[in-house]
Amino acid sequence: MTQEDLSIADPKMTAQNVNVFYGEKQAINDVTIDVGTDLVTAFIGPSGCGKSTFLRSLNRMNDTIASARVTGKITLEGEDIYDPSMDVVQLRARVGMVFQKPNPFPKSIYDNVGYGPRIHGLAPTKADLDVIVERALVRAGLWDEVKDRLNESGTALSGGQQQRLCIARAIAVDPEVILMDEPCSALDPIATAKIEELIHELRGKYAIVIVTHNMQQAARVSQRTAFFHLGTLVEYGKTTDIFTNPKQERTKDYITGRYG
Amino acid sequence: MSFNPAALLLLIVGLGLIGWLAGRARSAMVAGRAGTKLHSRPQYHGWYVALWLFAPAAIFLAVWSSVAPAMITNDVLASEAAQRLPAFGFERSAILSDARGVAQGDQPSVRIEGAGPLVEPYRAATQKYGMIGIAAMLALALAGGLFAFTRIRPDFRARSRVERIVMGLLLLASLVAILTTFGIVLSLLFESIRFFQLVSPAELLFGTYWNPQSGAAVEGTFGGIPLFWGTVLIGAIIAMIVAIPIGMMTAVYLTQYAAPAVRRWVKPILEILAGVPTVVYGYFAALTVAPALRNFAVMIGIPNASTESALAAGIVMGVMIIPFVSSMADDSINAVPQAMRDGSLALGATPNETIRQVLIPAALPGVMGGILLAVSRAIGETMIVVMAAGLSANLTANPFASVTTVTAQIVKLLTGDQEFDSAKTLAAFALGLVLFVVTLLLNIVALRIVKKYREAYE
Repeated sequence: MTQEDLSIADPKMTAQNVNVFYGEKQAINDVTIDVGTDLVTAFIGPSGCGKSTFLRSLNRMNDTIASARVTGKITLEGEDIYDPSMDVVQLRARVGMVFQKPNPFPKSIYDNVGYGPRIHGLAPTKADLDVIVERALVRAGLWDEVKDRLNESGTALSGGQQQRLCIARAIAVDPEVILMDEPCSALDPIATAKIEELIHELRGKYAIVIVTHNMQQAARVSQRTAFFHLGTLVEYGKTTDIFTNPKQERTKDYITGRYG
Repeated sequence: MSFNPAALLLLIVGLGLIGWLAGRARSAMVAGRAGTKLHSRPQYHGWYVALWLFAPAAIFLAVWSSVAPAMITNDVLASEAAQRLPAFGFERSAILSDARGVAQGDQPSVRIEGAGPLVEPYRAATQKYGMIGIAAMLALALAGGLFAFTRIRPDFRARSRVERIVMGLLLLASLVAILTTFGIVLSLLFESIRFFQLVSPAELLFGTYWNPQSGAAVEGTFGGIPLFWGTVLIGAIIAMIVAIPIGMMTAVYLTQYAAPAVRRWVKPILEILAGVPTVVYGYFAALTVAPALRNFAVMIGIPNASTESALAAGIVMGVMIIPFVSSMADDSINAVPQAMRDGSLALGATPNETIRQVLIPAALPGVMGGILLAVSRAIGETMIVVMAAGLSANLTANPFASVTTVTAQIVKLLTGDQEFDSAKTLAAFALGLVLFVVTLLLNIVALRIVKKYREAYE
């Protein structure tokens, strides 16, 4: 791993010597990485390499798994997110997440987007909530498709629309970071293209971390790429460097399709 | 050799075993001689032979056991000695049964005069039909066995046939419960129709005065409303006020908060509670809860407080129903995908908000189904209400007063010395029919809701 690539002037999140265990099994081994504020960071690697596990430790979603244990230090804007004083509810409002399979709630489109603002008390009046819902749907590129049927169930949308609804839902609470765990793996190519386009537009407004199996996708949407293998961070750097001039043999083998 | 069904059954089971061995051996031999592979493995040929040996003989045995006594009696009646029997009635059948008892060795000698000459004809007829039965059964078994045995060839599809027979057996088994239910409904229906010839259905369903008397049906004493109201008050209102919140909270705790070790213990214990005989709950209701409630009611000055109260029965019934509600709610909440929960938590919702606003709404259809099933069980429950709710048909909303339910009245109508053709007794069947129809509808609606909801996540 080369040092120059790690230097990001103004990191949104940092991880230092992070280990994650599931019971006795170590899933993440001594990972140190910075996530840039205005950048899209892609985590790539073969299945089971720990990239999703690491992503889930960035907003403490691993807390929901009883046997999971995280050591090391992860910070958001300099605050240790595993510090006992950190409120996990607040943390997840600041670090949103989009999952592999679209998981809209069995509620109306409006209520899906309004759910987060409501529970966090972001909208004192109905008019405020209307504004927030509309803005989130516009940003997620879904407004024109659903503006006439906000009261229909979110689960009635197509897979790609559902995933954009989930992105809108995450945006609605105005997070600083959005984590995306293989957001396109359950979508067809056209829906995938729309999500990728959306990621381009969201860049700069939020720090985005995306886990993907698809190397072309990583190359298309990200500025930084981290290659994970067997629970360790093998190489991290500018996306162009990783894909054109990888420094590690393992990265090169993976990029060229030797395994994975 | 006498005709003893149990021994004969053992005999054909033994023959079946021999058939199995023979069929298996022969199939292997046939295959060896032809030098080809068997379509079915040897044990299927064995089963095929055994089933052909056993099944026709067993069916014959069952039929013969039920028709042979009548044929024996016919023979005896045709005999010379029987011509001196009284023509009808109790005496005639007593003499016959006495003679039969001696002939078949159940008693040492005749007790009634006149039965003596009949013993010998009975003995002869029993012997004759016993021999015929055994011979026919053995012939049938051998014929079946031989038929199957000769069909064994390498390309004979014994496996498919055996599997088809097994499927038939399973189908038969599943039909038993359904056909029995059907029979019960029919018998209920016939008796109810007799009742409705005496009392109009409208009176039973809409009348408000319930006081059936023995003897001829008196107009206006068969009003079922007080019973229906009592049933609803206890089973659908008071019991559910207890069972729904506690059951839901139990389910939420067990699915969302309980450590795996706690869940491992509490869930089976709750399920065991569902199997406690309801009479045990009845004691608890009648001896502990009801007097306590009465004292409480008297203390706060409620009129008509009785030691038998709707509240006592309803509360205990609610406790009894808790495991039903919690187990259905547990299943429904667990069936909500983990992704839904994660999605909510990832937005910064607390576990509490997630449960209230995402999990329970998503699980609601399933929970509703569970509640309807619980109601249907509660309104059909008998022991608790008989012991704790009382038998006086009051039309009252006072939960401390004594009320009665459909099931309690059915028990009251049918116990003691009753003529089976009076309106009072027949009313029990009509009430049973009403109860059956209502619980059936509730179950159908509940199962449809549950099914529809399950599909939504698959």
